[in-house]
Amino acid sequence: MLITNSVVVEFLEIQKGIFLQKLKSPEIAEKIKPGQFLNIKVSEGYYPLLRRPFSVCDVEDDLIHIMFAVYGEGTKILANKKIGETVNILGPLGNGFNIDDDYDLAVFLAGGLGAAPFPYLTRKLNNNKEIISFVGGRSNKEVIKYQFPNLLIATEDGSEGFKGNVVQLFENEIKKFLDKKIKVFACGPNGMLKSVSNLIKRFNEEGKNLTCEVSTESAMACGFGICQGCPIQDSHDPNRYLLVCKDGPVFNVNDIEL
Amino acid sequence: MSNLDLSIKIGSLELSNPILLASGTVGYGNEISEFIDLNKVGGIITKSISLKPRKGNKPQRIFETPAGMLNAIGLANVGLEEFISQKIPFLEKFDVPIICNIAASTLEEYVECVRALENFEKIKAFEINVSCPNVKEGGLQFGNDIRMVAKITENVRLSTKKTLIIKLSPNVSNISDFAKVCKENGADAVSAINTLVGSAFDINSRKPKLSNVFGGLSGPAIKPIAIAKVFEIHRAVDIPIIGVGGIMNWQDVIEFIIAGASAVQIGTLNFIDPTASISILEGIKNYFVNKNLTSINQLKGSYILDNGN
Ligand SMILES: Cc1cc2nc3c(=O)[nH]c(=O)nc-3n(C[C@H](O)[C@H](O)[C@H](O)COP(=O)(O)OP(=O)(O)OC[C@H]3O[C@@H](n4cnc5c(N)ncnc54)[C@H](O)[C@@H]3O)c2cc1C
Ligand SMILES: Cc1cc2nc3c(=O)[nH]c(=O)nc-3n(C[C@H](O)[C@H](O)[C@H](O)COP(=O)(O)O)c2cc1C
Repeated sequence: MLITNSVVVEFLEIQKGIFLQKLKSPEIAEKIKPGQFLNIKVSEGYYPLLRRPFSVCDVEDDLIHIMFAVYGEGTKILANKKIGETVNILGPLGNGFNIDDDYDLAVFLAGGLGAAPFPYLTRKLNNNKEIISFVGGRSNKEVIKYQFPNLLIATEDGSEGFKGNVVQLFENEIKKFLDKKIKVFACGPNGMLKSVSNLIKRFNEEGKNLTCEVSTESAMACGFGICQGCPIQDSHDPNRYLLVCKDGPVFNVNDIEL
Repeated sequence: MSNLDLSIKIGSLELSNPILLASGTVGYGNEISEFIDLNKVGGIITKSISLKPRKGNKPQRIFETPAGMLNAIGLANVGLEEFISQKIPFLEKFDVPIICNIAASTLEEYVECVRALENFEKIKAFEINVSCPNVKEGGLQFGNDIRMVAKITENVRLSTKKTLIIKLSPNVSNISDFAKVCKENGADAVSAINTLVGSAFDINSRKPKLSNVFGGLSGPAIKPIAIAKVFEIHRAVDIPIIGVGGIMNWQDVIEFIIAGASAVQIGTLNFIDPTASISILEGIKNYFVNKNLTSINQLKGSYILDNGN
């Protein structure tokens, strides 16, 4: 874990309302893994007081990329940063995705800004695994296609691709891939992760052997385990919470209750 | 710089400097030791420990407010047994005083925890968190009930020779009355303040932002209140005060000492900058040198209320 002042080197609007910021931090860039996150202090003042967590979106040499939309005060300040200005980054934080285990096909499931961690994951898989991506949003304006390989799209209003949500689309399509060893990587809103979890459980009861890791979110203060602000239920022990920041944010779907 | 000495003594507790890390904002030291040399701070106050492990409140536990945050962690902690078997051995690696903060839901539990920890050399002091619901009296907080604060102090005092600090709640009408009963019943010091009760609602869903509805407000928003409480106690009662609430920089620490604090605790700031305690210590040293001060006692409670006074 490091704390660095990082300069905004490049700033793009990759599609309407979705920003990609490239921050210079050689130390963190060297260490960070896909699925890990950064806790960013967007201003020096007391408002916002706390850091804001963002997944690492990609790493290019000594640049770390983050992807975000304007949501509240913190992301608004971030979106108004000019090239050459700095932000203070704490990272790398949490546990990332396990990419080296035994599977042939990586299935990406992303909803909305859940698209953020996948460019770096794709880069690290480095053509060693086959990848298929399922990406969803309410309408095609909200679907983030940025750098997804082999992309299938779901929109709730049917404005592009499959009409429905991304988990339904995955359920419809999976038959085609059942001859392969599949690992699912999912990131998106809690509701989506819950239906991913239910679906995986059902598939596994039916004897399809899928592994699945999900990247979760929670309100948090510190991001490294001291405030205890981000509990998530441990599925193996009803008397215990895990912490999203330190035990996650990426979990094997069997280890948590969503 | 030569004869600057920031050390202080509270009861038998010796601190090399007045900067302590506040309970619940440093866990048991593990994580923060990756950022700073723990041997440099004056002391570490561990997360409230209870007799049995506590799972804590459901999410959402944290909500940010202007210049502050609400937390409703629910005293989640590993419990006495794991504290002894896992956390104390880790802390033993450091040459820094450990102050063990204790939470309980009955008077007997406070006493039992203190007894169980009394023989651990590494623990130099107890800080008693009275901002806990008293289950025998309908969940009313001990800290709001002056009779209970007196009783807890009296009973814990009988069970320990270590320095005894009572951590006061600000959610009372006259905090110096509470400090007074702590002194009368044998406490060596009081900490002021714990968090203020607060709440927040979502205007669209109309639901509370915290699952527990109420939370504790901390951060720079509460500093003026904490300063006022330290000052009130200092004026009324002759007992060492450990100031806590909203400290963000070395200037805030100096302000607490002027208002009457012998030492201070860094809380919420650890979440934002886990290295802050070290830079604050440097700032304090510079201030002392520039003002030709050589000890904390020269500054403590040195407020000037009237012109020429
Ligand atoms: C591990 C992790 C990775 C993330 N990655 C990304 C990303 O890559 N791109 C992106 O756009 N967003 C990401 N987020 C969400 C992002 O942190 C929030 O959108 C951001 O905090 C909003 O800040 P704001 O000041 O604009 O909004 P505000 O609503 O003004 O403030 C956010 C406040 O709400 C709290 N909060 C409540 N619920 C949540 C929640 N579910 N997640 C985060 N904060 C919450 C925070 O503690 C914070 O204090 C991630 C969150 C986490 C936990
Ligand atoms: C997330 C969080 C957890 C806390 N947990 C405890 C605790 O377990 N026991 C305790 O006595 N105080 C606890 N506190 C209170 C702090 O020790 C401190 O009194 C308070 O936060 C005010 O200081 P600050 O404004 O510098 O944070 C907690 C505070 C926060 C923010």
